[in-house]
Amino acid sequence: MKKELTLFDKPQNVRRLLRLFYGVLVVLLILDLFIQKHAYFPWEGHAGFFAGFGFVSCTLVILIAKLLRVFVKRREDYYEK
Amino acid sequence: MDHSLLFKGIPPALIFIVGGLLIPAFKGKLKLAYMLALPLYAFFSLLQTPEGNSWHFSLLQYDLILCRIDRLSLVFGYIFCIISWIAVIFALKVEDDLQHVAGFVYAGGALGVTFAGDLFTLYLFWEIMAVSSTFLILARRTRSSQSAAFRYIMVHVAGGLLLLAGILIYIHDTGSPRFDFIGLSGTASYLIFLGFAVNAAIPPLHPWLQDAYPEATVTGAVFLSAFTTKSAVYVMARTFAGAEPLIYLGALMTAIPIFYAVLENDIRRVLAYSLINQVGFMMCGIGIGTPLAINGTVAHAFCHILYKALLFMSTGAVLHVTGKIRCTDLGGLYKTMPLTCLFCMVGAASISAFPLFSGFVSKSMIISAAGHEKLVLVWLLLQFASAGVFHHAGIKVPFFTFFGQDSGLRVKEPPLNMLVAMRLAAGLSIFLGVYPEPLYRILPYPVDFIPYSGAHVMGQLQLLMFGALAFCLLILSGYYPPELRAINLDTDWFYRKGGRLFFRFVDSSLNGLNRICEGVFVRGLAGSLARFFQNAPPGFSIGTAPVGLGALAAALFIAGLFLLH
Repeated sequence: MKKELTLFDKPQNVRRLLRLFYGVLVVLLILDLFIQKHAYFPWEGHAGFFAGFGFVSCTLVILIAKLLRVFVKRREDYYEK
Repeated sequence: MDHSLLFKGIPPALIFIVGGLLIPAFKGKLKLAYMLALPLYAFFSLLQTPEGNSWHFSLLQYDLILCRIDRLSLVFGYIFCIISWIAVIFALKVEDDLQHVAGFVYAGGALGVTFAGDLFTLYLFWEIMAVSSTFLILARRTRSSQSAAFRYIMVHVAGGLLLLAGILIYIHDTGSPRFDFIGLSGTASYLIFLGFAVNAAIPPLHPWLQDAYPEATVTGAVFLSAFTTKSAVYVMARTFAGAEPLIYLGALMTAIPIFYAVLENDIRRVLAYSLINQVGFMMCGIGIGTPLAINGTVAHAFCHILYKALLFMSTGAVLHVTGKIRCTDLGGLYKTMPLTCLFCMVGAASISAFPLFSGFVSKSMIISAAGHEKLVLVWLLLQFASAGVFHHAGIKVPFFTFFGQDSGLRVKEPPLNMLVAMRLAAGLSIFLGVYPEPLYRILPYPVDFIPYSGAHVMGQLQLLMFGALAFCLLILSGYYPPELRAINLDTDWFYRKGGRLFFRFVDSSLNGLNRICEGVFVRGLAGSLARFFQNAPPGFSIGTAPVGLGALAAALFIAGLFLLH
């Protein structure tokens, strides 16, 4: 078999990737200030609106899903019984 | 019949169905060549056929049209042929004629629905699709796939009956089996709408999809992901464009499956939920009904078929080589399956609508259409769902399969044919994302839409990257809900458990009532009446047995009546 990739086995590589990722986030926020908006709704024009919206949405998705799990989770053989 | 048409414009449905049924007659390399040639032949014959109606038949007093070609049906026809070809390449090494024939007939059914010019023809192909697709689930040949297939066909038979009832009433009301705009008014239209809604997987009629698709064979799921829901999108777009309830049903449909997808452990079931989410965007677009929204819907269906098949192929390839498909069993596969991992990430980027990937150029049309109509709540929901789909299909699927915790599995890449099929779908997804003009050119309405404006690219990038930040922080902090070996209740509970409970309730209540009646009337009342008349004092009884017997007979008769009812 071919040699296997071990890119993310090294913690420093993961750290590097995360640092790059945070860097991209900062660049996105800065660039946003210089972009001309053509908004359907007033809030769309605010710099960083989509950043906040994306962050809040994804957090909400997970929080609501955690809550949902309390009600809908069953054993894997639930329907076989 | 015009003979030049006969050879130029054979309906693609016939090429697929008749051609597909002949597959078992071929052997070896010839069979592979034959299977690869059929979708290509259908595609090129479609390119050559001019717009208009052909292949007319008369049934009773009705004019049936097997092949109606216009701009709306053509786009779906093209993509159905393209995806069949890719799916056939992916399934080329499967040594099971049942699956090959079922796949071809199923694709033919979808093409038949697409080019049907009247409701009878539509219904015929609709049912061909239901039956043939069931075999793609049955062919997995496990106990759970058998029962999932049974539930699948029952749901689709029920949906088909609603559709048939609607069609018959519609023809009775209007006098014509015309398959064109219907609109939501009157019993017939609601029945037809419900029949379509079952196939479109509109909640709460959606659970058959997440129940059945993950039980299908590795290659069958690729076919399934393309045809049933997208042919439903086509028929909805043709008959119910601008139906307001669809806006809200569609918007809800984008949001609800997201939460389930976060919790789900089976990766192909995560994809099934994200499929429902994506069709939600299309339903919403159909509901909005403006040319921009319909263009967006059709474009999104086109792109979605490619990247969803790509996702089902890459995760199917993992299932094929590892035999495992649950998040809890997988992880770290990038080490030995880098190509499959890469293709999966192209699919993930496309479904998440990253700029330069296909989802971006199509989904943005639908969301823009919602903004254009000032539908504030819908617009917000669609944006929320965009972030949500990125979270589960964009990050979760590749992360838990190929990265995350190392499962210790060391498997090779799948066979060459599977890699080629994935490469084709991935290539097309990137091509359309970078250069959407060819797609825009074949949409039903003229396109006046620029996806790559600075504000739009920036907005989408922020939405996605900061959504990813939320995922990162939650994973690192350990607050992310862990993947569990568990299932989650959905509305299929009502026919899987609810049905059994209903049976038990009816069984115990009605049979209990029977027992009570028997106790009271047969053993109790009739017996005591008989005893009373036998032992009655001479003055009370008229003195002869026949009266007592008559009373007994009457009592038995009444008790019998009770029992019968």
